Amino acid sequence: MTTTLAPEPKTTHPTSSPLPAPHADREPAARIPAGPDAGDLIVPLPRTHAGPPALLVEHVTKRFNVDRRKPPVLAIHDVSLRLERGSIHGILGANGSGKSTLIRLVSGLLTLDEGKVEVFGLDIERDELAVKRLINRVSVDAAFFKKLSPMENLLFAARLYGLDAGQARREATAILARLGIAESRLGRPVEQMSRGMQQKVAIARALLTSPTLLLLDEPTTGLDPRSKLDVQAFVEEVNAAHDATIVLTTHDLAEAERLCDRITILDGGRVVAEDAPDGLKRRVAERHGQPPTLEAVFMTYTGRSLDEDVEEDDSDE
Amino acid sequence: MQEMKASYAFVERNFFLTRRYWGWELAFLVYSVAGALSISLIGAAAGDDRLLLLLIIGAVFWNYLSVVFSWIAETIAVERWEGTLEYTFMAPVRRWTQLLGSCLYAMAYGLVHTAAILVVLMLFFPQLEPGSMNLLTAVVFVALGSFSFVGIGMMAAILPLLYVERGAQMTFVLQSCLLLVSGVYYPVEVLPGWMQLLSYLSPATYVLDGVRAGLLDGTPVTALVGDILPLLAMGAVLIPAGLWAFGRAERYAKRTGKLKRVG
Repeated sequence: MTTTLAPEPKTTHPTSSPLPAPHADREPAARIPAGPDAGDLIVPLPRTHAGPPALLVEHVTKRFNVDRRKPPVLAIHDVSLRLERGSIHGILGANGSGKSTLIRLVSGLLTLDEGKVEVFGLDIERDELAVKRLINRVSVDAAFFKKLSPMENLLFAARLYGLDAGQARREATAILARLGIAESRLGRPVEQMSRGMQQKVAIARALLTSPTLLLLDEPTTGLDPRSKLDVQAFVEEVNAAHDATIVLTTHDLAEAERLCDRITILDGGRVVAEDAPDGLKRRVAERHGQPPTLEAVFMTYTGRSLDEDVEEDDSDE
Repeated sequence: MQEMKASYAFVERNFFLTRRYWGWELAFLVYSVAGALSISLIGAAAGDDRLLLLLIIGAVFWNYLSVVFSWIAETIAVERWEGTLEYTFMAPVRRWTQLLGSCLYAMAYGLVHTAAILVVLMLFFPQLEPGSMNLLTAVVFVALGSFSFVGIGMMAAILPLLYVERGAQMTFVLQSCLLLVSGVYYPVEVLPGWMQLLSYLSPATYVLDGVRAGLLDGTPVTALVGDILPLLAMGAVLIPAGLWAFGRAERYAKRTGKLKRVG
């Protein structure tokens, strides 16, 4: 059974959180349009919080040595981002633009060559364990022990994050039920589940640990339309009800438009544009005479069409 | 307490994996029993009960040590294969916590697996009399030897971390070298001089010496201090060295992007 989920009203943050209470009077980032005279490609986000940003990426650079005889590949070049608490921030870009590398850098799975990353004011290298408790990630591949059941996989995750097993079982069951996965499915191996169901379990695993910063790296890629809608609705719910700040990379422009308060476009490891979706669309319409769509924004700033990108995706497989 | 809970997570997960792969576990047990029997029958063919017992001890305890070693060394390989490596490395868990959990399960698994083989061998060779054996000596040496093998296992776990495609297979090289120089099936005295020097660096040499002294001759553990001290020293050096080396390798993997899932 699948269920389409409706967003729930925002509630206060759990009292156990080490983070300051959200500002009720804050203007969501999505509702801060870029001014008509915004001249720069990157429109700065007005600061609306007294506390530290949920995610601060400052002048981050990452290189990879792929061949000793060749110069290093610049995967991420001088990227800066600032995400306010409670926002959903989209990262768009062609394959190889550095989206996943950026997510890995924020996740602590790659070391920084230059720059710094802070999560709620905590440095990801100096305060590694504290940061890890605040973040979780869902990647394009639902990474599980496939022979284990969803419950066994989730129980493992819960223990790693210090949750009580009994409580974890109850919460996992409830989250999966919200995602349309019946309790009777929780004891069978993950490998017997569809790709869409596996991805829902991956999202449930991330939510089980109550992350305040959730990194979603193409979470709906390869899902059928129904599963995609379920996951998108759940992302909205998590953002609204659990006050989670979300970073979302996606190739689905409709998804980005639906979910994201702000969008950063990466090309060749650099930030080439950043604004609210409406601001980006208005800009390409006014300056480039393009239709006011995110596809036109994507083509304008990455120099390629979405079709080209999808074709490249297919040829990669 | 939090760290112990996290360690238990790895014990429990590995138990779940063992339970799910029960068919493979059964096949592995049959394979191990057949291997141990084949080697032991060389002693039976010679009509020499002492040689038979010497080979049984070698086969059984080598099985234990190699199972412990494999479980730890495959900690990374299995996660890479399943694609969970990045997820586990993102968790707020210290690396020693993860490795401790893997080691505890490896030792428990190794004991059960080896006990099953021992039972089959004792049934197969009823002429062997356990009456004069000093089991305490054997237990002490196996326990002490486990620490050293945990340290070596941690170092071996680096290989799948750094060599994405064939790192797991490379750990077999380490195992086979230990097998060669440790006098598992023959006295180290038959080795060339330079190999005998290497045998002093293998904890398995001291474990097998101690176990054989206890089970073949009934020697009490107190009379084997000369074998115990090197084992203690190796455990004290190899575990911190394994943790240090693993930490360095993790840092390298994060710098070069080798944690990323492949395949």
